Amino acid sequence: MSATFEPRLTRNWDDPEVVSLEGYEAKQGYAGLRAALAMSDAEIVETVKASGLRGRGGAGFPTGMKWGFVPRDTGKPTYVVVNFDESEPGTCNNRQLVEREPHRLLEGAVISALAIGCETAFIYVRGEYLWQGTILQRAVDEAYAGGHLGSDVLGSGKRVDVVLHRGAGAYICGEETALLNSLEGFRGQPRLRPPFPAVEGLYASPTVINNPETLMNVPDILAFGGDWFRSVGPEKSPGTKMFTVSGKVERPGNYEVPMGTPFRVLLEDLAGGVLDGRALKAWTPGGSSTPMLTAEHIDVALDYESIAAAGSLLGTGAVMVMDETDCVVEAAERMVRFYAHESCGKCTPCREGTWWATRVLERIEAGHGRDDDLPLMTEMGRNIMFKAFCALADGAASVINSSLKHFADEYEAHVREGRCPMGAAHGALGVAV
Amino acid sequence: MELLTGTTLDQANAIVARYPEGRERSAVMPLLYLVQSIEGMVSRQGLREVAELLGLTTAEVEAVATFYSMYRLRPTGEHLVNVCTNLSCMLRGANHVYRAAVEAAEIPPGQEVSPDGAVSVHEEECLGVCEFAPAVQVDFAGHDRVTPERARALIARLRAGEVPEPSRGPRVDGFRHASRILAGLEQVDA
Repeated sequence: MSATFEPRLTRNWDDPEVVSLEGYEAKQGYAGLRAALAMSDAEIVETVKASGLRGRGGAGFPTGMKWGFVPRDTGKPTYVVVNFDESEPGTCNNRQLVEREPHRLLEGAVISALAIGCETAFIYVRGEYLWQGTILQRAVDEAYAGGHLGSDVLGSGKRVDVVLHRGAGAYICGEETALLNSLEGFRGQPRLRPPFPAVEGLYASPTVINNPETLMNVPDILAFGGDWFRSVGPEKSPGTKMFTVSGKVERPGNYEVPMGTPFRVLLEDLAGGVLDGRALKAWTPGGSSTPMLTAEHIDVALDYESIAAAGSLLGTGAVMVMDETDCVVEAAERMVRFYAHESCGKCTPCREGTWWATRVLERIEAGHGRDDDLPLMTEMGRNIMFKAFCALADGAASVINSSLKHFADEYEAHVREGRCPMGAAHGALGVAV
Repeated sequence: MELLTGTTLDQANAIVARYPEGRERSAVMPLLYLVQSIEGMVSRQGLREVAELLGLTTAEVEAVATFYSMYRLRPTGEHLVNVCTNLSCMLRGANHVYRAAVEAAEIPPGQEVSPDGAVSVHEEECLGVCEFAPAVQVDFAGHDRVTPERARALIARLRAGEVPEPSRGPRVDGFRHASRILAGLEQVDA
């Protein structure tokens, strides 16, 4: 399946010159923008709708439809915000896409700005991506100098400005309404919806928020058309998808595959299989907030519908692989501790639930688990899931619920034996209770 | 104003001008990076001056500064060493890397900075370089596939006043320099 497909987002990765404007244009860069400038804003939206492109940030919402929701008669400016706050554990494909081809992101952002009549686009860059932020700033400077940004985009008379805004280390800012608060100079806490950002987003104005991978698909859709985009991938999830494969594999890295590629192909053909020939134990399809799957699911097709049918989510396409020697309880403790650290504190089930769940997982892993800890964890998962303002808490609950669902026997062995039966392979830092 | 005067005040005003008119509050995050680049941390004075510039209360600025982990409100080493211990890195041995870094820095229990003031070591959440696990950042410059031995060597060089070449990306000459880059005031190339 992967043998015959032509890479799209990564097709220029063997050419280091595409990081520059000159190198990017030598590879037909900004052809999508030139095509878009010959269209009306409604035609741009229709083209993206026809492509079937869905948001790559996790939710999979149809991109063209999102753009079409933006009202144009409010008398307020409209805004495009790029959510480059990539922080989902196990995810780094946006980082590498931007490192290689920053202008592809700018091109996609300008096209989306034209589609909604926006004159100022913001790119929210994850703070820890210090270098990638400087790459983007260099690209923005080049694009202004080349007339691709500013008051007269490629001689069209249309204005699009791009402003970079650096985050400062908060996972929650990947949640789009928290990101908007952060960009407005507040603590990054999520907002109540409705109103949705399309109606009242940045500065209470109509706003489109897109993920970098989503926007980087847009230039080719404008240049080659929606049918071309649909020629790869399943009917309901067309196109290619970037996956980050990390953990216990021979060749960790970012890989582009057609949507619907079986997980086995990604793991074995591209990532070289499980490290040292060991057996696959557990994996996440889309980062730590997506329910973990097992070796039973190795033939699952990697697209929104198939992964949902298997009981998980495509998420950010962050595959973290655990082998037969890894301890699921130790991994669950580490992942839930992440959510406890990153909870913004707004909602009690999340703020308190993630903290207490971490304490219970710590004691089970340390060999101090109690007989009623498994029912306690089950209850905690139930009391956290869908009980908070945003999906951060659901991520923590997904770790708890999915690890209990697939590995209850391993939890029980911890409690029964009063120790980690896997020998705490990674030397947890957690303090014993 | 003690921190934001002359050149730094001009820089602060340029930061504010990035945002639309009437939306100056958006500048609070880059301004916090600016004051952090001057003092090596965000002090009470830094909070006050950012507040004064934006017409906010000190409490409003402090609420923002304390929310984000990349603003340091306590004294911080000349270099900030972040060790990712999230799952992808943990599976590749990151807990041992973190322990080695803390030991090499001789940071006393419950403290964050080495006795000579050269380095702070932090256990970090996913740094987004999962293919190069275990990942370490020194002043937000990436060091890939770090072993406990390499972590000890990194810390030793930092404490000897050297800046080790990162695995990828530009050299960053300390935590203050990193903060200046993050404020968008300096362009650096790999």
